Amino acid sequence: MTVIAVVLVFGFFTYNAQVNMENRGIDFGYGFLSQESSFDVQFSLIEYDGSHSYFRAYLVGLLNTILVSVIGIIIATILGVIVGIARLSPNYLINKFAAFYVEFFRNIPLLLQIFFWYFAALRALPLPQDAEAMFGIAFLTIKGLYVPAFIWQNFNIFFYSIVAAIIAIIVIRYQAKKLQETQGKQTPVLLISIGLIFILPLISFLIGGVRLSFEVPVLKQLATTSFIYEGGVSLPPELIALALSLSLYTATFIAECVRAGIQGIGKGQKEAAASIGLTPNQVLKLVVMPQALRIIIPPTTNQYLNLTKNSSLAAAIAYPDLVLVFAGTALMQTGKAIEIVSITMFTYLSLSIAISLFMNWYNNKIAIQEK
Amino acid sequence: MFKYLKQLTSLVAMVAVLFTFTTESMAAKKSKTLKNTQKKGFVRCGVSQGLPGFSNADAAGNWTGIDVDVCRAVAAAVLGDANKVKFTPLSAKERFTALTSGEIDILSRNTTWTLSRDADIGLTFVGVNFYDGQGFMVRKSSGITSTSQFKDGISACTNIGTTTELNMRDFFNSKGIKYEPVAFEKADEVVAAYDAGRCDTYTTDKSGLAAQRTKMSNPDEHLVLPETVSKEPLGPVVRQGDSVWEDIVRWSLNTMIEAEEYGITSANADMMKTSDNPAIKRLVGAEGEMGAAFGLDNEWNLRIIKQVGNYGESYKRNIADTGILPDRGPNELWTKGGILYVPPSR
Repeated sequence: MTVIAVVLVFGFFTYNAQVNMENRGIDFGYGFLSQESSFDVQFSLIEYDGSHSYFRAYLVGLLNTILVSVIGIIIATILGVIVGIARLSPNYLINKFAAFYVEFFRNIPLLLQIFFWYFAALRALPLPQDAEAMFGIAFLTIKGLYVPAFIWQNFNIFFYSIVAAIIAIIVIRYQAKKLQETQGKQTPVLLISIGLIFILPLISFLIGGVRLSFEVPVLKQLATTSFIYEGGVSLPPELIALALSLSLYTATFIAECVRAGIQGIGKGQKEAAASIGLTPNQVLKLVVMPQALRIIIPPTTNQYLNLTKNSSLAAAIAYPDLVLVFAGTALMQTGKAIEIVSITMFTYLSLSIAISLFMNWYNNKIAIQEK
Repeated sequence: MFKYLKQLTSLVAMVAVLFTFTTESMAAKKSKTLKNTQKKGFVRCGVSQGLPGFSNADAAGNWTGIDVDVCRAVAAAVLGDANKVKFTPLSAKERFTALTSGEIDILSRNTTWTLSRDADIGLTFVGVNFYDGQGFMVRKSSGITSTSQFKDGISACTNIGTTTELNMRDFFNSKGIKYEPVAFEKADEVVAAYDAGRCDTYTTDKSGLAAQRTKMSNPDEHLVLPETVSKEPLGPVVRQGDSVWEDIVRWSLNTMIEAEEYGITSANADMMKTSDNPAIKRLVGAEGEMGAAFGLDNEWNLRIIKQVGNYGESYKRNIADTGILPDRGPNELWTKGGILYVPPSR
């Protein structure tokens, strides 16, 4: 019954759209995706210019959306966990500072925060020619953050050495766990891991022939008062402002999830753990966090989804995300409103579902395993 | 008794239905858009979100500009009152969808007439009310005085969803210059970013540059470069498929331009009724049946001239006197060295 209703409603909408589009002389079709786009995009992770197709422009926008979402999620998670734990700190200053941060940033509309970081903070940044070097190699200017580019020789050997280090760490951790379970011996896994991840790549430098040099950005004059930096890698200010505002905003919600998770663990658990002689760090790591994570993960998933969808506000500050490039410029140039909006909606839906599935998988993994 | 009453009611209903059908078909000869407009009592007009000289709202919400005057002219023609217009501010991105979806009936928003827009999207351009071209604005302090001084790495601020984005690529590609396009959704944000120093140059239609310059924190620090890199004929647009409405909008614009040609102004329009020149008499509704084909009365064009004025008056009021572009350039009548030339009203 429900299915029939849904099909009928969709059928009606489709029919209605078709009739109206026919009346207004608009063609329907996805053929435009292979046409030349003939517009350029400021910032792209893959090679792109106006001679590529609209589909390529779509990929550029999609990758930019994924990029800012991933950066945002990583920073928001780290910041959120720190602030969430800080809010439970017995230290009055830390505690109140964290509370102030959360209340301040979660209660201002996100779009305003994006505008603030872009326009207010941007105006405060120096012009390229006035910028002072950070550590002598990086420059933060109104036209973006310029950092040195890495130039590798024999990069693959370096890469293999890191892979080898990671495999070695996994094996050692497994052995250490076994050792503790069978003989009760503690192994300093962390120290060994840190050592490995540094020493193996170092060896690759010494005997593997790996060489690394830096290409430092150099100031170049375009006109009397107009300069840019050449060489190195440049991060556009739009990306920085967007990633910053998204993560500062979302981190407040994640902090509250973390606080709720930790406070949701009974006091008796901590006291019992302390009474068998675990140190405060061990209590947090071995008793509280594994249980708290089960409370934290589901609402945090929501925040990850929110962040990804909120990244579409990018259009306001010229960050070329999916909405700006594809549902903006491409839509205007082709006039294919229904096709482009449907593709964009479907893309956001797929992104959200992918994040949900991953987080559900992780949640199941850490859930209580009933034996 | 009740039985008869029932039959009587159905008879009345049938007659009523028949009657509506006959009036319907007579009105349908006119135009669906015209009919809806007259029923609503106002013209639905899409304009920009604020471009001085073209369409700009003052603090009290009164819209002025030469694009606004096209809509006012249509309102004067079909409703008898130039003030009966409902303006909808639209971004470059929203404008065509608003028109094709029927949210507005005229799009008069400094929109460039191109082949693909006219043919593809379900739109019809009815004419040109401003001949423009794309240009570049730079800071005077940069020392740049010509586009030939542009170098690799230059960053250019502009709007998305405009022909500007495409022209910019054509221009920089043909010169072999690598550039960084920074495209915003709204014009105000483009201006703010350029003003803050995010971009070395700001590119859009030259009239737009001249108008936006007035919004900068210090207009004197900026310079519009002399080169014009594209043709941008701007004009009003209607939906495809209502040829009567299309004709009304086209001839409302043409009337304004032709009135200037014959020296008819808002002040002397009534006196022109007794002119000896039949062309002038036709323009003020004193000769011929110039409104019948649109389903309008005979004085539709007189009302346009009296209430809105001719093109020259509109240009002077909105663009010249506000200091945006005092020189009419190509937007002068063909009789005075410009390229404004419209078909005759006869």
